[in-house]
Amino acid sequence: MRPKVRAYKRPDKISDYPSTPAFESGHLVSKNAGWRTFKPVVDPEKCVGCLRCYLVCPDGVISRTEDNKVEIDYDFCKGCGICAHECKLDAITMKKEADEDE
Amino acid sequence: MSKNLKFVSGDEAVALGVRLARPHVISAYPITPQTIVVERLADFVEDGSLKAEFMHVESEHSAMAAAMGVSAVGARAFTATSSQGLLHMAECVHYASGARFPIVMMNANRSIAVPWSIYGDQRDSLGLLDSGWIQVYVEDAQEALDMIIQAYKIAEHPEVSTPFMVNLDGFVLTHTYEPIELPDQKVVDDFLPMYQTANKMSFEEPKSLCFSTSPADNQEFKYMQHKAMERSIHIIHEVEAEFEQAFGRSYHGLTESYRCEDAEAVLMTLGSVTGTVRTVVDELRSEGHKVGLCKIRYMRPFPKKEVSELGKMVSKVGVLEKNVSFGYEGTVFTNVNSVFSSLDTNVKSKNYVGGLGGRDITKDDIRAIFMDLLNNESFTERVEFIGMGCDTNE
Repeated sequence: MRPKVRAYKRPDKISDYPSTPAFESGHLVSKNAGWRTFKPVVDPEKCVGCLRCYLVCPDGVISRTEDNKVEIDYDFCKGCGICAHECKLDAITMKKEADEDE
Repeated sequence: MSKNLKFVSGDEAVALGVRLARPHVISAYPITPQTIVVERLADFVEDGSLKAEFMHVESEHSAMAAAMGVSAVGARAFTATSSQGLLHMAECVHYASGARFPIVMMNANRSIAVPWSIYGDQRDSLGLLDSGWIQVYVEDAQEALDMIIQAYKIAEHPEVSTPFMVNLDGFVLTHTYEPIELPDQKVVDDFLPMYQTANKMSFEEPKSLCFSTSPADNQEFKYMQHKAMERSIHIIHEVEAEFEQAFGRSYHGLTESYRCEDAEAVLMTLGSVTGTVRTVVDELRSEGHKVGLCKIRYMRPFPKKEVSELGKMVSKVGVLEKNVSFGYEGTVFTNVNSVFSSLDTNVKSKNYVGGLGGRDITKDDIRAIFMDLLNNESFTERVEFIGMGCDTNE
């Protein structure tokens, strides 16, 4: 399961830092999707819930919904397009971010 | 208890020290004059006398990368290299110290091409003085073996968590044979317990290791690395005292002074040339000259306190090193003078650069250095190349 984003508190003292560059895994302090240009959009009518996109997503941002379809966490999706490329039913299309606003 | 004496080369002494320290993994690529270390360790793994994984890696870069992987699961890693191999490894050398992995590495000091040469000088390791590794330079085979054992204890100390490089002069030390006393495994096991760290991959407490930071946090980690290296000074002294208790031998901390009391001129050395200087000091003392020797053992952390005391005690100091930073001076000399510059005394210093590309530094060379120091009140020439084979047309 994706860890929750937690607020990052800047250390006041050097002793508040971990003493080596290592920290508990899954400690997310910020969203990370700022460089996405194209956004994958799932068509729920076409999606059969095969989860192929879930398997190939390099960032692990695709999860299964209650009705056995998929949803994408856009807070962390980088827009690589692998899911859209691999979907056998063309249920995922890449849409330019700016076009979304129109 | 009777002493277990062996007649071994410097390289073999290192391998025996490594076997006593019981690393889990040895990842190494052979290179002259380090090769015998890895060959012996491969033998030990093969004959079962060392229960470790021997990884035949394809390069020194991979050797250090693998050693980091070993350390990242909380296991004990060993590797060894030399010269071009150390430089090929350089990216990972910095990575390991930044990651705070207490890897121990033996380096056979060898010159850097070009002109290509397999023979010794110290330009390889001194070129990586700023890589965040503890650096010790040993004088003989016994010290080499003993420092492998001490190295793990110092490097793995939670206040230090810093990798450790043990330097042996190529051929002069790696390939010459001398008697050594082999410590008892049981005593080593008591002295050096297994490595324990929280800085590791674990199913129980999953961690992200070697993480990235933005500029907002990066410098704090470099500060902590700097402080850990400074703290290692007192850990070095602690471990040395404990070592003496357990094994009955001591190496006097970060430097060793020899016959420096009332000396007019002291020569500072690094590595195996110390033995030759020791002999010359004895000869000159018997002739009535007030000379002494200061063997620098650790280049990092640098022996600020000891060099400072030397600068207050004597009026003339020579620094003999198999290294030069082209166009300026030897790096050891720069470090020594940085300490002298903070003193109120008027100590005069001079740099003697020699032994480059494996050239012998002879007793006559060293005698000439001492005479130069004793007979001059000040030095017009700051850096002198000793043992030149021909006239320099100057």
